[in-house]
Amino acid sequence: MTNFLQQIVSGLASGGIYGSLALAIVIIHRSTGVINFAQGEMATLSAFVCWTLVDHGWSFWPAFAATLVLSFAAGAALQAIVIRPLQSGPLLGIVILTIGLLIAINGLTTWIWGGAAKQFAGPFSTSPINVGGVAFSKQDIGVIVVSVIVVALVGLLFTRTKLGLGLRAAAVNPVEARLVGVRVAAMLAVGWGLAAALGAVAGVMAAPSLFLEPNMMQTVLLYSFAAAVLGGMDSPVGAVVGGLVLGVLLNLSGTYVHWIGGELRLATALAVILGVLLLRPSGLFGRAAVRRV
Amino acid sequence: MALLSVRNVTRRFGGIVAIDDVSLDVEKGQIVGLIGPNGAGKTTLFNVITRLYKPDAGELEFAGKSLLHTPPHRIVRRGIARTFQNVELFRTMTVLDNVLVGAHTRTKPFRSGAVRARAHEVLDYVGIADFANRPAAGLSFGTLKRVELARALVAEPQLLLLDEPAGGLNHAEVSELGTFIRKLRDDFDLTVLLVEHHMGLVMGIAERIHVLDFGRKIAEGSPDEVQRNTAVIEAYLGAEPAAA
Repeated sequence: MTNFLQQIVSGLASGGIYGSLALAIVIIHRSTGVINFAQGEMATLSAFVCWTLVDHGWSFWPAFAATLVLSFAAGAALQAIVIRPLQSGPLLGIVILTIGLLIAINGLTTWIWGGAAKQFAGPFSTSPINVGGVAFSKQDIGVIVVSVIVVALVGLLFTRTKLGLGLRAAAVNPVEARLVGVRVAAMLAVGWGLAAALGAVAGVMAAPSLFLEPNMMQTVLLYSFAAAVLGGMDSPVGAVVGGLVLGVLLNLSGTYVHWIGGELRLATALAVILGVLLLRPSGLFGRAAVRRV
Repeated sequence: MALLSVRNVTRRFGGIVAIDDVSLDVEKGQIVGLIGPNGAGKTTLFNVITRLYKPDAGELEFAGKSLLHTPPHRIVRRGIARTFQNVELFRTMTVLDNVLVGAHTRTKPFRSGAVRARAHEVLDYVGIADFANRPAAGLSFGTLKRVELARALVAEPQLLLLDEPAGGLNHAEVSELGTFIRKLRDDFDLTVLLVEHHMGLVMGIAERIHVLDFGRKIAEGSPDEVQRNTAVIEAYLGAEPAAA
């Protein structure tokens, strides 16, 4: 029983990371239909920035806050400078561009920081904390708390603010949004900024347990795709729930199904993608796309 | 001085001239009808006024200042709001959120309480207060038209452009709508420019009517004058065949 609870909590911690990154993917997909393949590498770059600030003597939380701000600005600038010129062209062009960005950003981080894995001491100690007779890792609990806070803030932004309303309107019906006074171009840039900042949260939270190196988020990105597909590509709530469910599912199956173990974790995630696409393509929370012909 | 002044506006699509040298004035406080057979260029003119289309030639002035340097997202702030023939809403969002987006230019970033209250008031005014928290998708066409109208009203426009408000309504509803548009004009201190196929409605409420045919303006005047105008009668019924 102890082991079971520990596995669930550590699954929720990884799930929080998958969910944050999946939310970033969904925010961009909802507004433009683009799947951003560079989302993982952007998160790795953010984690490196945070690591560098800490390495220069900043304490963790100010460094984290600065990383979020920088990531937001960089994400918005990326949209405005690189993506926007292609916006009138076919969607596939932008998707391929994001694959190019994946390679470019990966090259950039390797060039600046080298390929060797770095130890990133996170803000949470790895010592256990005892809750009701079961020992949990403080790190896991910390990651869960941070993910929950971040996701809640994003939720409030979307539902309670003028900016969030503008973001949603621009995503649902850009032409009409412009007519009622929403600056659609600015909203798309803000969406990318927001996604980059969410990715930064995922990257920085993942770094202490994964070792910081340029390819760190590549598998995490695949898990996040699985989470986004599971929850529904167009549902922010679905992305987060999908992430948490997937994190727990992977941990439990790895622990209790002996032939899955650690080796077939990724295969399990891919099986989830395949299964969802076969059985319920719109995901748990997604809306089936109905098109009048 | 006219509130809206369209002067010699032309808009082409490839070889087709959708609007050809059209001029018209809309005086403040009036209800003005814009009529014409299908394809006459009425909706195109609306799209030019709201800056969805750039005119190829001509000038647009609103409240004495040119509209041509105003980007589309600033049109509402200048005081022009519109509805669409086929209803353009944010379908996955609730009715209330749709209306709140309409108030976008009147909302301060962090104080939305007053705007929410106003949105509820306007929903009540157009008679759909009960639908506030329902998603727009799935509501009846008539209800959606009211949502769109509420969304235009919360933007506090001076000029309201209505594109076929009577479309899809039955006879009794149409006469109700006529009374409602007049009341709207008085209650919200509006000027209304109305594209409508339902002649009974236009002739009943418009103070002035402009007639388009094949992109050209063929007549203007009071409802009586327009109804007696031979060019208008020809446009609607076809010209009498020349004597053989």
